[in-house]
Amino acid sequence: MEKYTIEGSPKTPNINFDLIGGILEIKGRSIPENSIEFYKPLIEALENYSSAVKPITTVNIQLEYFNTSSSKCILDVFKKLEGINKAGSAVTIHWHYEEDDEDMLEAGEDYQAIINVPFKMVMVNE
Amino acid sequence: MDIFDVYKQMERNDILLAFKGEVTSDLLSSVFQIMETKMDNLNEDPKLKRKVYHILVEILQNLYHHLDEISEQDGDINKSAIFTVGKKDSDYFIVTGNFIINENISAFKSRLDEVNSLSKEELKEFYKKTLNNGQMSKKGGGGLGMIDIARKTGQKLDYNFLEIDNKVSFFTLNIKISNQ
Repeated sequence: MEKYTIEGSPKTPNINFDLIGGILEIKGRSIPENSIEFYKPLIEALENYSSAVKPITTVNIQLEYFNTSSSKCILDVFKKLEGINKAGSAVTIHWHYEEDDEDMLEAGEDYQAIINVPFKMVMVNE
Repeated sequence: MDIFDVYKQMERNDILLAFKGEVTSDLLSSVFQIMETKMDNLNEDPKLKRKVYHILVEILQNLYHHLDEISEQDGDINKSAIFTVGKKDSDYFIVTGNFIINENISAFKSRLDEVNSLSKEELKEFYKKTLNNGQMSKKGGGGLGMIDIARKTGQKLDYNFLEIDNKVSFFTLNIKISNQ
């Protein structure tokens, strides 16, 4: 598998995972009722990637909304990235938030406090 | 039933949207979309709009998961629920009502009271702790909903249990969202 892609929907984000380039992007809304089912294939793709990591892994998270059910799954994604970082790939998580969205910035900081991977908070101008 | 009475009562209470019946995933998709369009049409401040949308998603999905879980616990229980979204001046109000099995009340109530006893900073820590250690249900409910609602509204959870009979009660949750 070289690329793992999921088209976004009103309740789920676009996901692009380029396993050759080591770039993972999650963009849009993540408010599905059943988030475990939605994130399971991505968790599996990360597991595959962790056995053949690239020297650098760049992660871009740009979410407009996410529900608490997704927040647990996003944490699981970040825990996989923590493992990938330990396995020798330099992981950076770029957490995007809109200029006036303090809640989204705070959510990113909550993850930063839990996950042992470098985070960069990126402000986006609307 | 006099439907005009129902209409007048809703009008008096500044209701924008009301629903009674079974809560499905498709229904929620429609409700989220309707409320988003409504708030756009009202030229709502982006910050307030985001907050209302976020809390609406959390409350209604909480309701959805709860009804799903209790029907697994007891197939005979009434899965019907009611919710309204209202706006008075610049504040939004979301009220929900649903049946709950009496034996589940004490655990649920102590959880609500725990959330209500915490300060803003304590809620943040409690959220992180629950996020990191909490158990998730098989579809992804994780007990974070109420903590999140309390954090986002900055207010205590206003709830009530009305005992219907020796088996079930009617649970109501009253949420006010202001643009602070």
